[in-house]
Amino acid sequence: MSTNTIVLSEAPARPLPLRLHEWVTTVDHKRLGILYVLYALVFLLIGGVEAAIMRVQLIRPHNDFVPPEVFNRMFTMHGTTMIFFVVMPMVFGFGNYLVPLMIGARDMAFPRLNAFSFWMTALGGLFLYFSFLGGDGLYGAGSAPDVGWFAYAPLTSKTFSVGHSTDFWTLSLLSSGIGSIGTAINLIATIVSMRCPGMTLGKMPLLVWLNLVMANLVILAVSPLTAAQLMLLVDRYLGGHFFDTQAGGSAVIWMHFFWIFGHPEVYVLALPAFAFASEIIPVFSRKAIFGYPVMVLATIAIGFIGMSVWAHHMFTIGMSAGANTFFVLSTMAIAVPTGIKIFNWLATMWGGKIRYATPMLFCAAFLFQFLIAGLTGVTLAVAPFNWQLGNSYYVVAHFHYVIVGGIVFPIFAAFYYWYPKVTGKMCDEALGKLHFLLFFIGFHLTFDFMHIPGILGMPRRIYTYEPGRGWDIWNLIVSVGVAFQAAGILVFAGNLISSYFRGKIAGNDPWDAWTLEWSTSSPPAAYNFAVIPTVRSRRPLWDLKHPEDPDWRYE
Amino acid sequence: MSPTNIFAPVSTPAESIFGLSKFVLATTAAIFVVVFTLFVYVVIRFRNKSRDDRREPAQVYGSTQVELAWTVIPVLIVIALFLASVRVIASIQNTVRPAGALEVIVTGHQYWWEYRYPALTIVTANELHVPVSDPTHPMPTFLTLLSADTDHSFWVPRLGGKTDLIPNHPNQMWIEPHETGLFLGQCAQYCGTQHAKMLLRVYVDTREEFDRWVHQQQQPAQNGTLPGQRIFESTACVNCHTISGTAATGKFGPDLTHLMGRQTIAAGAAANTHEKLRLWIKNPDAIKPGSKMPAMGLIDRDLDAITAYLETLR
Repeated sequence: MSTNTIVLSEAPARPLPLRLHEWVTTVDHKRLGILYVLYALVFLLIGGVEAAIMRVQLIRPHNDFVPPEVFNRMFTMHGTTMIFFVVMPMVFGFGNYLVPLMIGARDMAFPRLNAFSFWMTALGGLFLYFSFLGGDGLYGAGSAPDVGWFAYAPLTSKTFSVGHSTDFWTLSLLSSGIGSIGTAINLIATIVSMRCPGMTLGKMPLLVWLNLVMANLVILAVSPLTAAQLMLLVDRYLGGHFFDTQAGGSAVIWMHFFWIFGHPEVYVLALPAFAFASEIIPVFSRKAIFGYPVMVLATIAIGFIGMSVWAHHMFTIGMSAGANTFFVLSTMAIAVPTGIKIFNWLATMWGGKIRYATPMLFCAAFLFQFLIAGLTGVTLAVAPFNWQLGNSYYVVAHFHYVIVGGIVFPIFAAFYYWYPKVTGKMCDEALGKLHFLLFFIGFHLTFDFMHIPGILGMPRRIYTYEPGRGWDIWNLIVSVGVAFQAAGILVFAGNLISSYFRGKIAGNDPWDAWTLEWSTSSPPAAYNFAVIPTVRSRRPLWDLKHPEDPDWRYE
Repeated sequence: MSPTNIFAPVSTPAESIFGLSKFVLATTAAIFVVVFTLFVYVVIRFRNKSRDDRREPAQVYGSTQVELAWTVIPVLIVIALFLASVRVIASIQNTVRPAGALEVIVTGHQYWWEYRYPALTIVTANELHVPVSDPTHPMPTFLTLLSADTDHSFWVPRLGGKTDLIPNHPNQMWIEPHETGLFLGQCAQYCGTQHAKMLLRVYVDTREEFDRWVHQQQQPAQNGTLPGQRIFESTACVNCHTISGTAATGKFGPDLTHLMGRQTIAAGAAANTHEKLRLWIKNPDAIKPGSKMPAMGLIDRDLDAITAYLETLR
């Protein structure tokens, strides 16, 4: 493998088709990681356009920018795209790229499974968007799915969803689900068996720990979802009655299948985001992470408790008082380990010398936004309060606060932090800060004010609303925020491209960081490390830089 | 102020939810203030003041006492919130239906509401009438929630929390309004193309008004000689609509026996005026695109006759 790379770097530029062929056939974890991330970025733009269309439609009551059926397709496609084809591939991409480098390995445990998983996920995205062309099959005009991203039965049955749009939706989730499970198996095998000498479980960087828990959650959560897709296909084509209420099937069983996936999925997305914060906050505060063992335990606790809270998405479906009580308790319990994490990040910053480079700006915003998202989550965990707030814009505001404020912000931090490692160039700081400012303003305009129409009784998923309900002004503000977010994203995309060509040379370790990926070249060679490193503590590069005061004395 | 504000309750379950939510919001707001203050302090106080200072700060790896504190305190808060929630869950869900309660069967349809009062043998649509409940004569209304097709959700924020209408899965909820008036809401579970215009209107009447309304609803429609009735009964209208006392006995659409007793048509999407009613019969998509009622392609003379006939249904 090493000889191969040397030949590549010395050879004159090869023709484009050959270079593209290398990317398509690659089994290198770093290239697959980059593919995942680029793929997710493309879908981020598409999903963003869908959101913008909805917000233009809702800018005033009785607007007729798009007809109802188009609006319904937009919210279905936006949700499905953002969860399955933006945030999931994004965190898998970073995990793929970083985990082997951080544990001192030369690749993932199963490189070809890795490539297979990526292409299955990619196929899922193609299935979903092919529905715009082929949703109605031979009848001509296409039509995307319009059943909502959680696709409650029996709206997905042949009776209510004619044509093929729901088929493309279900095939899309089926195939990306197989890809996700493959990646999860791969991450677990890699982390368990490929750590470099000296790296016991207790010395793994937190990012690796969080990815380990995340991968286990993927296997537990995505499997039922994937199974449910098969059941839905059986219902639609083989006369099954799992979810066919007109033949004795159960709409509620689909809800259980979906949310036993859907809630752990939040942690599948959030844990890698916490992982970024757990690496970036210490480096920019110049301090070791506070309470490493407790951070690991809190993560494992989130993993376990996170599997037992799913029916808080179903407080309004008429569960018994006993079931409601159980899910109130389990849902509130998860606030405890999550709270510990917030306090430990703050304690890491306490007494440090915080440098506000772009990655740290995004992490700082993440901290208090995630605090708010967690607290509105507690209000929703109170089942009776949920009977009012459930399925309203308050919920929409809450989960966007989690996913954008608590997950996308750390993902942006990760982009700015690891961009120098991946490309060898620094990302432009001025543009990075402009991106932060625009996106921060847009995020708060949109999602802070979005809570209010929910409290005033506005349900989600309505293509228009009646005047005189006190919702108009809030919807206007929410829509205006989208313009700022869009501008921020354009600055971000421009920065990624221009810095690739014009950025300053980064060097191996531009942030003066402590984990193993910063000990190799930027970008790393195909084999990652010329010599497999040996570590004695959680911060091997700290030990190298401070031989007089190494971490292993204290751990 | 908003007619659908969840913080302006006028009915028992909505009031007890509001009481609980004040406690929950106060608690979470207090947590926010404490942690956010800490956050602002840390972010400002510990910023790197001098670029040239390359010395690393003191490395601290953790502290068992501190970490124990911020584990135990949240646990106590969670227990308090949990106990408060359990009390309200029990008070709402474990209420036994008193003997004098009004019973209504609500059936969700794409995209309208059917109301049946089994004890009073009334069938109506889209506008629910219930009596006010005063402390001396409590009269709560118990709703049985069914669905004829997809999932829906009954949500009138000032009267109570929402409960879903799920096919093959009957649900229960109850309201006990203490004020008369019109209370608005709408379907809160995505049910298809026109989910947005599946509006809810609940009229809370005084006991006398309610009795009058019941008496009026119990009358059959007059079997008259209007030409519109013949046209109505000889077109596909009767496949879906019932007008009691006549040949029209369809079940898929709203019962029209006392259509003129309602203030709105098309599940609250339009006022019940001559122009709107005529437009609705002519082309339902003009008011509610995607509604399940087809445009019948009537010539103007028949359209006017049917409109005139429907306007006699009081």
